[in-house]
Amino acid sequence: MANVDRISGLERAGDRRGAMRRPVAPTARRALGWDGPLVWLLPVVFLLLLLGIYPFVFNIWNSFREFDPMTGTVEPVGWANWARLFSDDRVVNALKITGLYVGFALVIEATLGLGIAMLLNTGPWGAGLWQSLLILPMVVPPTVAGVMFEVFQNADFGVISWLLYEANILGKAEPLIGGTGQHALKAVILPDVWQWTPFFVLILLAGLKALPTEPLEAAQVDGASARQRFLHITLPMLRPMIAVAVLFRLVDLLKVFDYVYVMTNGGPGVNTEVLSFYAYQRSFQTIEWGYGSVLGIVILLLAIVAANVYVRVFKVEW
Amino acid sequence: MATISTSARLGPAGTANAGVARRARGRLAGQIVRTLASALIALLFFLPILWWGLNSIRTTTEIFALPPRFPFDATLDWYRVVLGNADPNPQGGAAGAGSGITKFFSLPYLGNSFLIGGASTLLVLLLATPAAYALSRFRLRRRKDIAFWILSQRMLPPVAAAYPLQVMFQRFGWTDTYHGLILVHTAINAPLAVLLLLSFFDEVPRELDDAAMIDGASRFGAFREVILHYVRGGLMATAVLAFIFSWNEFLLVLVLTTGKIQTVPYASSTFTTNFATEWGYLAALGTASVVPIFVFILLVQRHLVRGLTLGAVK
Repeated sequence: MANVDRISGLERAGDRRGAMRRPVAPTARRALGWDGPLVWLLPVVFLLLLLGIYPFVFNIWNSFREFDPMTGTVEPVGWANWARLFSDDRVVNALKITGLYVGFALVIEATLGLGIAMLLNTGPWGAGLWQSLLILPMVVPPTVAGVMFEVFQNADFGVISWLLYEANILGKAEPLIGGTGQHALKAVILPDVWQWTPFFVLILLAGLKALPTEPLEAAQVDGASARQRFLHITLPMLRPMIAVAVLFRLVDLLKVFDYVYVMTNGGPGVNTEVLSFYAYQRSFQTIEWGYGSVLGIVILLLAIVAANVYVRVFKVEW
Repeated sequence: MATISTSARLGPAGTANAGVARRARGRLAGQIVRTLASALIALLFFLPILWWGLNSIRTTTEIFALPPRFPFDATLDWYRVVLGNADPNPQGGAAGAGSGITKFFSLPYLGNSFLIGGASTLLVLLLATPAAYALSRFRLRRRKDIAFWILSQRMLPPVAAAYPLQVMFQRFGWTDTYHGLILVHTAINAPLAVLLLLSFFDEVPRELDDAAMIDGASRFGAFREVILHYVRGGLMATAVLAFIFSWNEFLLVLVLTTGKIQTVPYASSTFTTNFATEWGYLAALGTASVVPIFVFILLVQRHLVRGLTLGAVK
């Protein structure tokens, strides 16, 4: 059935007069039936409202209260938590660390992911197997991946550290994890790159496969070089997928927590203290719930600003 | 470039054949290079998991040997305990690392992870696919705002969302329920699914919908019978991602249950205490959970092949 529909559909695809002659349904039916957008959108909107609004409102309300360890109660404190935000040096540090983390991880993962997706799309033998192997790092829970890389990078018995020592890239005085923390951020970003480069590979490969082949073939016939074809045809056509993948990775990276929590606890010192980890510390270790909520909202605002800037700068079309 | 190939085609037959043979050899060499490069990269990414898998059959002394020893003393004790509920501290071989943990049997948790991951993935596709189609096809004045609002639902860090959700779950009586966790994981993944599928739908020409509807299909019929076929690759990528994100999610499972419904990340986290980490058990559980997913991905792989050529619609 589907096939028949499609074929007859293709033949008449160009018949625009037919499209215009379609009878217009009454407004009410259009709004509530399959011909209007509501029915299609409502279920997902309802679910997101149900589970999204309450945590959001709660955090705003909670940011004006604070836990009082003397009385053991939560008391309203007005704008005190918000005022504190602007005199907190660790917030400045956390913003810097988060920026570095997000910037490096995003650029490395997106570039590697695009390259690998392009390579796999050329149709090497066993592409399915390679691709399946590549997706696997994502399946390891991030907390476990953190533990794994902590072992690999351990200053005394880690295999990655051992290789770096042998190659004289790294001195034992300044190990990956520990020491003065000179390399700590790199050590925390490494499992992130390992796990989430495949995220870009998966999305971009699916995107590449879905692209029409005709423009590329036409360009080849016209004598465009491989580089020209990539820059002027593949890349522009792939842009919506790249945009979505980068946006989601950006949003998720701003919340990054697991690797830091498992591997370094924000240290040494505050060398790997990303915003999300600082929020966790305030909420659950020093039991300053209200201030923790403030930091949570800061991450949300940061994500909104970053996503907006990204959408504007790269002219993402939705 | 174009002139050269044209003249080759126009030249004497012998020259043309030699050129074809040379090009075929070049193509073969290119194919071999590409295959080797792909294999190398895939194995590089696979190496940590392979390492982990080997640890799951190594004894404690072997796990920490540097440089690693081959061949090594193999043991299946970790699996016997984690999957078979054997006594965790047998004599000899794979005795625990002294963490004080007594419970390692995790087979039910694997089941929980598959159930919650599978159900929430299905639900995500069911809810997100129509929404993405609507955003792509209906002329919505606020399309961009709606898309951004959906994206924003993923921006609040779990650290900040955990406590309010816990309160909410207690009020609804959803603590320690499968449907509660499934719904939360669906909500976490719905934004990604909607926006990802939206970009796939946008690549499908609208003329296909119009054509189907002119032929008498309803809007829903056009969506289900025609357009869905063109976004197969996108649906598969979305499903794999949704499943993986649900599979990995840790913090919300931690705060929305009281330990009655554990998942793999949750169980893994109980294998580490302040005293020691049970590497062997951790490796066995990790490997046991990765293998079925690998098989699953390998099986759905073929849906990622090039679908119908969109360019056929002019």
